[in-house]
Amino acid sequence: MDARPDVLFKTLSDPTRRAIFERLTRDGELTVHAITRHAGVSQPAVSKHLGVLKGSGLVRDRRDGRETRYSADPQGLAPLADWMKFYGRFWLDRFDQLESLLNRMDQ
Amino acid sequence: MIETTAATRSVIIERELPHKPEKIWRALTQGHLIAEWLMQNDFQPAVGHRFKLRADWGAVDCRVIEVEPHRALSYSWEAYGLETIITWTLTPTSTGTNLRMEQSGFRPDQAQAYHGARAGWQKFLAQFERVVGGLS
Repeated sequence: MDARPDVLFKTLSDPTRRAIFERLTRDGELTVHAITRHAGVSQPAVSKHLGVLKGSGLVRDRRDGRETRYSADPQGLAPLADWMKFYGRFWLDRFDQLESLLNRMDQ
Repeated sequence: MIETTAATRSVIIERELPHKPEKIWRALTQGHLIAEWLMQNDFQPAVGHRFKLRADWGAVDCRVIEVEPHRALSYSWEAYGLETIITWTLTPTSTGTNLRMEQSGFRPDQAQAYHGARAGWQKFLAQFERVVGGLS
């Protein structure tokens, strides 16, 4: 499980994936079939998204007989609380853009 | 270079740039230039001036604290319940300028801001999607 903030941001920047996570947060535990009914994409696609969400620590799964039930793990969002890490990345990126601008500017 | 220390609760980035302080100062203080590397803004280099930095994902509320031409610039930075201070320091070197940015004021209770944000986290994440786009 890799729960760095940038991994979480990337995971949730996909609208379909975010919608699945929102649905699990709202509706509790669901099967892949139940999620697929409202996802607007195929079941294999939903399964793939669930795999990514699980890998980021945002979703848990549990075997229940022949089915697997998925639920949101709100604790998975905790790394986003690390604002210092977030801004560290943010400013490094801005420094790069500033340097690029300086190279384009006249003396 | 990036340094995050628990003791000071600051994000510090320092970089040697092959440009004179005067030129870097322009990029840090002229609105149309700030827009090219940071965000859209209504910045004015006047102590006490309130301004906003705007992106598609939201706005940052700022107030100018210190203006020392070609040497130092400081302004507050408030967004998503986080209240910090940005301080730019320009030091001339033999090859150009050492530019240092410190974002200070990260508090031990910053988690509160996070919990507040989590209450409306769908919107919060949707806005941050734009930031991530800028990062990658």
